[in-house]
Order: sequence, then C-alpha cells, then structure tokens
Amino acid sequence: MGNIFLIMFAAILTENFIFSRFLGICPFLGVSNKPSTALGMGMAVTFVMTVSSAVTWAVYRFILQPLKIEYLKTIAFILVIATLVQFIEMFLRKYVPALYGALGIYLPLITTNCAVLGSALLNIQKGYSFGESVAFGFASALGFTMAILIFAGVRERLAFATPPKCFKGFPILLISASLAAMAFAGFSGMKLG
Amino acid sequence: MKNPIGKQMKEGIITNNPTFVQLLGMCPTLATTTSVMNALGMGVAVIAVLTFSNLFISLVRKLIPKQIRIASYIVIISGFVTAVELTIKAFFPAIDASLGLFIPLIVVNCIILARAEAFASKNNPLMAVIDGISTGIGFTLALFSIALVREILGTGKIFAASNGTGGVQVLGSWYSPATVFLLPAGAFLTLGFILALVQKIAEKMEEKNHKKEVERFIDEAFAAPAPAEGESTAAAAEEEGGAD
Repeated sequence: MGNIFLIMFAAILTENFIFSRFLGICPFLGVSNKPSTALGMGMAVTFVMTVSSAVTWAVYRFILQPLKIEYLKTIAFILVIATLVQFIEMFLRKYVPALYGALGIYLPLITTNCAVLGSALLNIQKGYSFGESVAFGFASALGFTMAILIFAGVRERLAFATPPKCFKGFPILLISASLAAMAFAGFSGMKLG
Repeated sequence: MKNPIGKQMKEGIITNNPTFVQLLGMCPTLATTTSVMNALGMGVAVIAVLTFSNLFISLVRKLIPKQIRIASYIVIISGFVTAVELTIKAFFPAIDASLGLFIPLIVVNCIILARAEAFASKNNPLMAVIDGISTGIGFTLALFSIALVREILGTGKIFAASNGTGGVQVLGSWYSPATVFLLPAGAFLTLGFILALVQKIAEKMEEKNHKKEVERFIDEAFAAPAPAEGESTAAAAEEEGGAD
C-alpha cells in the first residue's frame, strides 16, 4: 500500500508528466485556453489513461509475454489504445450522455496523446504490478490535469499582458511554462519511489 | 517553372518547418535536446521513419478505404518505428539508453501522422519520399539548433557523448555552466526565445515584402498612364492606394 502511495505521489509531483517528462505537451499547449476546456481534457485523459494502463498491462502480461513477442509492444499498445478510445466514446455516447457531452470532442484527440502511450510503456519498463500500473496511470493523469489547469489559469492572465510583439503567442507561453517548470523542479529534491 | 523537388525541399526545411512554423512534435523537441548528439540521434530516427512511412503510405494510398485510413497509417508508422527502435537498440545502445522512451513514442509524433494525412496520401511515391526527407531534415535542424543553445549554455561543451564524456570545450574556464538549461525549465525557455526570434525574422521579411509590393504597385500605377489621361488615372491610383 505504501509503495502505491509513493508511486502516485511521485507521478503527480516529482515526475510530473508535463513539467519533467515532457509527455503530452501538444494538448498542454493546444487546449489550455480556458480552465473549463482544460478540465474537460484533463478528465478525458484521466479516464482513458487509467483504463488503458489496466488493459495494456493485461495485454502485455497475458498475450505478448506468453507468445514471446514483447518487441511488438509499441504496435500492440497503440492499437489497444486507439480501439479503447473508440469503445469508450461509443459507450459514453450510449450510456452516459452527460459525460459524453463534456468529454466528447477531446476523446478522439487522446489517441495521439503521447502521455497515454508513454504511461503504458513506462509501466512495462518499470516492471509494475497490475495495481501499481493502474495507480501510476491514474496519478500521472491527475498530475497532467493539475499542470494543464494551473497553466490555463496562467494563460488567462497572459491574455492581458503586453509582451514585445515578437514574443506574442507561443514564445511567451513557453516562457511562462518554463517558470512553472522551475517551480516543479523544486519537488525533484525529494527522491521517492 | 521552378524545379518541384527543390521547391518541396525548401517547403519542408524552411517555409513549413515542422517545429518552428507548424509547432508540431513538441514533446521530443523539448525532451531530447539536452545534448547535440541526442538531438541528432532523434532527428535521424525521425527522418528514417518519416521517409519510409511516407513512401509506403503513398504506395498503398489507393488501396486503403477512406474510413479506416488513420488507423491504417498508425499501424504502418508503428511498424517502421519498431524496426528503427530495434535497429538503434542493436547498434547504438548508448543512444537508446539516453533517448529511452522517446523512440517508441515516435509513433504518436504528430509530424509523421500529419505528413501522412496531408501529403503522402495525396501524392506519388517519389514526391512523398522527398517530402519525408525534407520535413525530417527540417525537424532535425530545429532540434539541432535548440540542442546547440542548451548544451553550450548548460555545459560549456558541444558534441559530448550521451553519457557526458568527451565533447569540444566551446566556452573557456571562465564560464560556469548554467545547469538550468539541461533541466525541463531550460527547454521551455530556450524554445520560447528561439520561437520569438523566428517570429521577429518572419515579421522583418513580411515588412520587406510588403514594402516591395507597395513600391511595385506605385511604379505600375504611375508608369502606366498614357499622357492624355494622366490626371484621371493618377487620381484613380491614389484612390486605390487610399482604399488599400
């Protein structure tokens, strides 16, 4: 139990997907305009990443390993994730229309979100057990959501800032992201897990 | 007419640079630019995957039904990524150790899928290969320039091996390395400043082009009129200029 707590704590703070591992930067820069869209994307990613961590772990352990084709894990995982996203989309549309309304437009984008494939591959690389994998996927996604939400707040303030003309748009965004990353670097002093 | 191959090369490397202009593939751009050698390793891996996937997708573009094309592209791309990953593992274990996760993650690199969807699925194999190579080179050059700044400011050396040994000392012993450039914060910072520079240059070029256009417009407007109706055309030109 303590181990799982350590993994989750590390995944959220010291090894935050965005600010220290650089996974999921595209949605981080793309959909962090407003806190509400950021939260929607964060929730969609959390949902998919938790489920995909469980499923890819099972696929690796019960299909790829017995057949000794571990080297095909990249192909297998991306297919599993793409199918999973499609299934989740269909399931939500049929049974939880309210949630589908909130997450709908973000779901297809998640297939090519490298955070999802990244967490699946990291689970295998680190040799996590089933419970640890799910906890890691869930916590990493929470860390992602936190980062994207914080940044959406920063971006709202940035809209009123008047940087030099050539810094407008992406450059000033990246520089503020750099400051946020420095804050997160403060956590890396804590060696966990 | 200009050579289409040369035009395509210029398109991929400069005018439509995947990193600096289209802002695609940010994850590897930030993560693998801690040293020049890492950046070049990543760049070469992407060139290889992009060229082969573009070629293959262009070859089978008429066989793939429209509805499942994205899924088919992803399978094709991940096949080539696996091949590249195994090659790097076998022959360049040092690069594999430092790039780690980011080699398999080429699968979800938006540059490759974007080129497959926007170019390879609509053009013949030769042009698709050229597009793959030029976009790959554009990506590599972008990574190289970011890594150059980060490595020089972060360690004072360039071309150090992945494990930090070797390399050419660029800055003298007076320079105390700013390690922050090797950290994630430095990656965001460097890319931010480089993009600002790119925007500045683009702005300057646009100004220059605009100036040229205005000059040409004025020349044409004033050179054209025949002596008899000089007054009226000049007035018309002025009106046009005012509306512009």
